[in-house]
Amino acid sequence: MTREEISQAIVEILSDIVPDEDWASLKPEDSLRGKLESMDFLDVVMELRKKYGVEVPEEDYGQLATLKSCADYLEAPLASK
Amino acid sequence: MHKPDSQRIVITGIGLAAPNGNNLAEFRHSLLNGVSGVCDYDIRYFGRTVAGLCRFDPLKYQKRKEVRVGTRAGSISIYCVHEALADAGLAIGAEGGVAPDRVGVFLGITEHGNVETENEIYEISQYDYNTKYWSHHHNPRTVANNPAGEVTVNLGITGPHYTIGAACAAGNLGCATGAQQILLGEVDVALAGGISESPGTFGIFAAFKSQNALASHEDPTKASRPFDAARNGIVVSEGGAVYVLERLDRAKARNARIYGEIAGYCYNSDAADMVLPNPVRQAECMRKALDKAGLTPADIHIINTHATGTPAGDVKECEAIREVFGPSCRDTYVNNTKSFIGHCMGAAAALELAGNLPSFEDGIVHPTINVDNLDPLCELPNLVLNQPVKAEHVNAILNNSFGMLGINCVLIVTKV
Repeated sequence: MTREEISQAIVEILSDIVPDEDWASLKPEDSLRGKLESMDFLDVVMELRKKYGVEVPEEDYGQLATLKSCADYLEAPLASK
Repeated sequence: MHKPDSQRIVITGIGLAAPNGNNLAEFRHSLLNGVSGVCDYDIRYFGRTVAGLCRFDPLKYQKRKEVRVGTRAGSISIYCVHEALADAGLAIGAEGGVAPDRVGVFLGITEHGNVETENEIYEISQYDYNTKYWSHHHNPRTVANNPAGEVTVNLGITGPHYTIGAACAAGNLGCATGAQQILLGEVDVALAGGISESPGTFGIFAAFKSQNALASHEDPTKASRPFDAARNGIVVSEGGAVYVLERLDRAKARNARIYGEIAGYCYNSDAADMVLPNPVRQAECMRKALDKAGLTPADIHIINTHATGTPAGDVKECEAIREVFGPSCRDTYVNNTKSFIGHCMGAAAALELAGNLPSFEDGIVHPTINVDNLDPLCELPNLVLNQPVKAEHVNAILNNSFGMLGINCVLIVTKV
């Protein structure tokens, strides 16, 4: 997946998990913390596991803070997908 | 029997979701016009069958995320509670409304958690049954208080909430519990009734099928046919009915519309069999409810039967009714609501009561439909078959509900 495809995939997951939020206007550096509750965040981790086979260990959760940091973190594991 | 208004519990609001109506007016219209809510249905593993499904819009009172994270039972509960409060003209927490910590939510359930558990097992079956794909939402979805708890989260109610597990007597027991909680002084307003999401679980269909107790008919609207000689079982349905209950003095003080009074109830146990009903205990339950209400059998104008359409169960209930209601009960009519909507399980008794409450105003008794050939063993005086009848007066309704493990609950509501 390209970096742009990875960002799109993340926004798709976020839209499924919190469909009431306006994700289209999400900027790469916006914090996800205000839009996601703790259980939502676990949903993101689960969806990455289900859809892409990516495991995010708990100690790495902090790296999924923004759309950009998510893309940074997922670039390597999703490069070959 | 004279009780002060502070000791009398009345119904001041009704919210419901039935397979043939999203509110009381629609539901009643369907019951008076022979409109069934049963349709064809297909569920994984089990296949084609029939069921009663509700068609309300959950997004009326929930965000899309709440619907996704919560349960169907929670959505039905939230819908019914909002509708009931609106019907009662009662706000929670607002000026002139009731304090959030003085409101309680008491919902009867037949079962809860089967739908969610089956869903998760199906989900992990897509991943070679690896449990790391099991959702973290499973526990909050399946705790037994889930439907009532989702209501409190949605509406900011900080008083007590719990569900009442009482098989198919749960709807009545939810109402009785709400009345008791008010009389105990625990709450000023009880949101009480019953809920069912049962069509979401294939297990309930499969189990009834294995028991030879699942209804079938080429026309789904005729599948639920209590008292008919060709009845062949239960139609599994979902639904909910929630009542706003409060003391009569409180209802009068705020000039609330009063649908009726919870005049009496009884709940007891057969102590006999896991599944088969016991007409002796059913009759005893009806008599004790009458005693508590200070009424005689002849004072009852509508008996809403529990009859589910099983060959044995309907006959047993008729035996119990005959035992209690003798020849002197000339003004007592008998009907059945499941013939329209199937068996709404935990919601059944509460919904069936709601369908009859308008009789206090219009004097019309809705019928039992789908009776082409009345089973002679189910013959009862004044059994209202296929067409509504106009009663001379309707002042008291006795609502039967009986469930597995021999749980019985009879509720009596009177006109105020």
